[in-house]
Amino acid sequence: MTETTAPAPTRDRRGPATGLRRFVFHLLLTVAAMVMIYPLLWMLSASFKPLDEIFTDPGLFPNTWEWSNYAEGWTALPHPFETYIWNSMVIVAGSIVGNLVSCSMAAYAFARLRFPLRGMLFAVMLGTIMLPIHVVIIPQYILFNNLGWVDTFWPLIVPKLLATDAFFVFLMVQFIRGLPRELDEAASIDGCGYWGTYLRIIMPLCMPALATTAIFTFIWTWNDFYSQLIYLRDVDLQTVPLALRLFMDSTGTTNWGALFAMSIVALGPIFGFFLAGQRYLVRGIATTGIK
Amino acid sequence: MTDNDVAVVRPKQRSSGPPPEPAAPAKRPAPNRGRGTIRTRERWAALSFMSPWILGLLAITIGPMVASFYLSFTDYSLGYGEWVGGENYARMLEDPRLANAIKVTAVYTFVSVPLQLGAALLLAIVLDRGLRGMSFYRSVFYLPSLLGGSVAIAIMWRQIFGTEGLVNQVLAIFGIQGEGWVSHPDYALGTLIVLHVWTFGSPMIIFLAGLRQIPAMYYEAAKVDGAGPLRRFWSVTIPLLTPIIFFNLVLQIINSFQSFTQAFIISSGKGGPADSTMFLTLYLYDQGFTQFDMGYASAIAWLLLAIIAIFTALNFLMSKFWVFYGDND
Repeated sequence: MTETTAPAPTRDRRGPATGLRRFVFHLLLTVAAMVMIYPLLWMLSASFKPLDEIFTDPGLFPNTWEWSNYAEGWTALPHPFETYIWNSMVIVAGSIVGNLVSCSMAAYAFARLRFPLRGMLFAVMLGTIMLPIHVVIIPQYILFNNLGWVDTFWPLIVPKLLATDAFFVFLMVQFIRGLPRELDEAASIDGCGYWGTYLRIIMPLCMPALATTAIFTFIWTWNDFYSQLIYLRDVDLQTVPLALRLFMDSTGTTNWGALFAMSIVALGPIFGFFLAGQRYLVRGIATTGIK
Repeated sequence: MTDNDVAVVRPKQRSSGPPPEPAAPAKRPAPNRGRGTIRTRERWAALSFMSPWILGLLAITIGPMVASFYLSFTDYSLGYGEWVGGENYARMLEDPRLANAIKVTAVYTFVSVPLQLGAALLLAIVLDRGLRGMSFYRSVFYLPSLLGGSVAIAIMWRQIFGTEGLVNQVLAIFGIQGEGWVSHPDYALGTLIVLHVWTFGSPMIIFLAGLRQIPAMYYEAAKVDGAGPLRRFWSVTIPLLTPIIFFNLVLQIINSFQSFTQAFIISSGKGGPADSTMFLTLYLYDQGFTQFDMGYASAIAWLLLAIIAIFTALNFLMSKFWVFYGDND
């Protein structure tokens, strides 16, 4: 059962990669990796370059270090950049809490409880994973507009509290199914009800799945542009992606250095989560196949 | 969080239908506190656990879906709308911008997805050889697909493929004078395709997980039968990997039909130059949220859904001819 997560055993089933061949493989991989990563490194370095150097120097090391790009970018918009970071953080935090609570509850019911129409509802749940947001966005907008929620964070957070990110329900169902049922039964013999079992047995054992959920929710919400673009038009409520877009469309193309600096600021947290949570990310993708 | 062992990945359950019925009714020593049998109490518990999801399904997903379908037969705009029958759909047939948007989206999808999956498969096979430093390479190749959807990367792309961008600076070293790729109607879509291919990391990881599933004994048996490395690749690796290739194909086609952010940022929201990056999603946004012609936009949304559904169904139909479900899967 653990065969898929076990670290790659050193196999020789396709012939040992030895000597020259191994060298060639490493060389090719390194070149490929360099090509892949070069734009990112270049943007990082460009965020420290003066404008004329951005346009002329494809290299990675700035000749003149232009630290002021960051200070300039930070204050280039109507609000200082921390406002946008804060707005993004509020939405991200709400989304993470929402997904963790609502998706795990639904997942527990799907994985452990018997109720009528379970099979059908499960199929519906899987179907909603694939449903394009574009199909429902207009009525959603009308709904939230009628509730007076446009230009608030609610349209971005409330759906998460209602487990509409079915992908995570699926992820957790898969995970809970892998936990031994004897644990539930033991808990029930000890007098645990369904909520007790969920809170004291299932949730603690689900930590890896919860971590995967939290990390993915962070990255997706932090990166999300479409729904924020639709629901947040008020200048005070702009988030990091919206601020970047505003920056680019207003002054950006004349001040690439500052724009790159803020782009690096925007990518920083994702990169951090990538480094810290790689294990969970890779596992989440391998289990469910969604990026 | 150290329980690595609990965290097993089971792709075999992926194909799952409904979860298996629990074995024999779990014996719950019911101290019969409340009314009702154990069965009904389990149902009430299920309802309470499911209630957020059910509410979300009705209010955020199914309700809006039905409403969207209804709206597509009206000329709804900002609070006012009347039933217009099939007018929106008739209008589609005579809308050259829509036809163009379908074409652009289709070209984008059918060029970028095969390239992306090809790159993912190639790299997965190379990385599966158990080279030292494999996890480092894997991370480097994976990183772009995490970042790829963000506005920051789209901004970067816009500069890189701009007139004085990184690509042209590199080309200049070889004495080539490059175009302003993102602002040229013939090339702008190409830059988006390159961006999509750049994010091959997540399908690559799925391929890697699939390759690990292939039992080594098949390779040994093939070797005993005298199959060379190339033959083993074509006759063992590829057939056994076809379910994963299929899975990735379905998923990536669905995803790329819905691409929005990068095209929006690269073209400043206009789908330009000359509508050359006007995806269906951008056109929908333009009609629904810029022109506020929400009836027509809803019809476009259903067109998008129909296109995605048709290609997914085709994919499943065709899978009979090339996807191999042996005893391995």
